[in-house]
Amino acid sequence: MTSVKHTAVKIALVSALIVLLSGCGGRGYETKGVEGLLPALEFSLTSDTGQPITEADLRGAPTVVFFGFTHCPDVCPTAMARIAAAVDAANADDLNVLFVSVDPGRDNPERLRRYTDFFSDRVTGATASVETLRAMTKRYRATFGYDEPNEFGDYNVSHSSAMYVFDAEGEARALFRPSDSVTAMANDLRRINRS
Amino acid sequence: MTPIIEWLRPWEPSAPVFIACVLAIGLYASGLMRGARPGFWPALSYLLGVGLIYAVTQTHYDYFSQYLFAAHRLQHLALHHLGPFLIALSMPAAVLAAGLPQSVRHWPQQPALAPLFTALRVGYRIIQQPFIAGFLFVGLIYFWLTPAIHFDAMLSIDLYWFMNWTMALDGLLFWWLIFERGDRGITPRLTPGQRILMLALIMPPQIALGAYITLSKQNLFEIYDVCGRAFPIAPLLDQQIGGLITWIPASMMSVVAAVIILAFRLEQSNDKR
Repeated sequence: MTSVKHTAVKIALVSALIVLLSGCGGRGYETKGVEGLLPALEFSLTSDTGQPITEADLRGAPTVVFFGFTHCPDVCPTAMARIAAAVDAANADDLNVLFVSVDPGRDNPERLRRYTDFFSDRVTGATASVETLRAMTKRYRATFGYDEPNEFGDYNVSHSSAMYVFDAEGEARALFRPSDSVTAMANDLRRINRS
Repeated sequence: MTPIIEWLRPWEPSAPVFIACVLAIGLYASGLMRGARPGFWPALSYLLGVGLIYAVTQTHYDYFSQYLFAAHRLQHLALHHLGPFLIALSMPAAVLAAGLPQSVRHWPQQPALAPLFTALRVGYRIIQQPFIAGFLFVGLIYFWLTPAIHFDAMLSIDLYWFMNWTMALDGLLFWWLIFERGDRGITPRLTPGQRILMLALIMPPQIALGAYITLSKQNLFEIYDVCGRAFPIAPLLDQQIGGLITWIPASMMSVVAAVIILAFRLEQSNDKR
């Protein structure tokens, strides 16, 4: 009888922990809510105009941050096309998209500008030294790594496939995963833009 | 910076983990200096166990644990199985007690603290009931590998450390119960048969989970794509290696522990003769 009681107590504790953790990140998001899970927006990079850019330059409007590289064959172009479509669908007046290149060896400001202009004029490109990028990605629990270059000097870069969404005050609000639909992304952008 | 120093530098320094490891080694060393004589192999086993826990959490290895599923599974194998296994096998209670300052050793008898220690003792005995201990041991592996919970645990640094602490503490509780011997303490003393039965019962759920992860054609743990992997590797390959680590070495630990328990039993019989 005692062991049945103990088991019941254990099951109740585990269930409580599951319920507690399932509330992590905030409720009501159609994508992944990350309120309280990730720190606020903070960075110091070089923008695609060659000028320094920090989170203060983007304050006042929600910002979507993506870590990628312009030579990326699939993940980055898809993500950029999806966020451009979601931003259009959300019909939000003020919204920034920051494309942070984790391949500073190949992505100079000019190349970044040509790349980001192709998708939307809301997208700003930025990059920095590998050390600075490492600190920024680490802050958002992301990473990147480089493959060995082939005979033509080309190499693959592993990087985060998520888009990090911050509100106008720079607080982390949502994470757009590759599995999230454009409609869900647009709905959450609208919600974050309103609040 | 030389590669060795780079490797020794923690990726995510954690003061509580660092202090816990330093205290564990410091107390043990103090116990040895005050005359405790555990023998060479128990001392080596203890130091290896603590060292292993430190190595997978407070060196650059932790970087790979955070950005590769296979490395994460290896980290939990060390935190939940191998490290606590080696510590419990060495039965360090007497050495650690000898290492404690005299005043601290009397805390449980002090009127102001006695109720707290009584509550701790009762709580400890409850979670060390064989069924609860076995359920917790397997349940925690399943819990932290539930994809949605795993996602949050790897995304939030606070949850990440909470997960690792629960694994290490639960590992210590479980293996302590399995290897408990010598003078009777507050840990329930199980017969060799009960211990081997527990070890047998925790195997099938671990094998099932490991096999499910290894053989799954689906990418179960999206977080590693979302946050990026330490180096370019096919997601399913990473998942399969992680699944195999959950499946084979984790289950094999039960077999190794059962052999050790039988060896202790034989040794006892020989001593009686």
